[in-house]
Amino acid sequence: MSPELPFFLALSAILFTIGLTGVLLRRSPLTILLSLEIMLNSVNLTLVAFSRQVGGSDGQVFALIVMGIAAAEVVVGLGLVVAMTRREMVLDTDELRTLNG
Amino acid sequence: MSLVVFFIAAIAAIASAVAVVAQRNPFVSALALLGNLASLAALMLLLEAQFVAAAQIIVYAGAIMVMFLFVIAYVGPKSEIGAGDRKPWQPVLAIVAGILIAVQVVVVVFGASFGEAAAVDATYGGPGAIGAALVTDYLLAFEVVSVVLFLAAVAGVVFGTGARPRRLTADEVLVKEGESAEARRRAASRALIDAARPARTGEAGR
Repeated sequence: MSPELPFFLALSAILFTIGLTGVLLRRSPLTILLSLEIMLNSVNLTLVAFSRQVGGSDGQVFALIVMGIAAAEVVVGLGLVVAMTRREMVLDTDELRTLNG
Repeated sequence: MSLVVFFIAAIAAIASAVAVVAQRNPFVSALALLGNLASLAALMLLLEAQFVAAAQIIVYAGAIMVMFLFVIAYVGPKSEIGAGDRKPWQPVLAIVAGILIAVQVVVVVFGASFGEAAAVDATYGGPGAIGAALVTDYLLAFEVVSVVLFLAAVAGVVFGTGARPRRLTADEVLVKEGESAEARRRAASRALIDAARPARTGEAGR
């Protein structure tokens, strides 16, 4: 017996909320970026699972495009972290409050 | 058999995701995310998405995670210092909200009926099918992603090299030191004048 679609959807929902909780809880920008990766990957799993259910390859193409966008997001995020380190700023999102309203 | 593989991979994925969030050392977090990506690739193989699973391993585990590890090695494995300025109830509320969202979605998903999965042939999920879809139906998205990646590479170069403070030339250093000597002299004389005045006029003058 092979696992049904709801199993995959439930797993990806659980992974998504773990990543969401990580974004909310952690203050290091590096860990926040890692938690964002968990969220993006869980959405990828949902896309692939629905693609298998429908029998088309559209969902898999979406998943690949999400991977490309995730790569771009990581480049920009890590570039910001490196720039912050070079300016000897504190790597703590609670301390970075210049734009805080 | 595939149900057993599903549960092993699912438990590994959840455990490594929790480890990513809970670990204090970002280096260990990144390695745990590697385990998460591998178990998700196994799940994608169960869904007969071979090409996406391979791309997951090559692109994520091979390229993105290596970049992460390089940056963590550059920044140093600093953990968070101090408690921040968060109220003590805020993390508790975040965890409770996360659990509530997960429970809601799981209940809804198991209550819905999706019907039987479609029958697929042997070419499903292979590079041929994905490539054909990428260059026909999704050509615009494909090209847009390439432009986005190019812009991200430019942004990475700008962040990485443009942020360095400019090194002053010898003349500018002299000018700056002269300015600061002048400023120091002015501040010292102002302090002398303030000390000579009676205290209340000093307060009022400021």
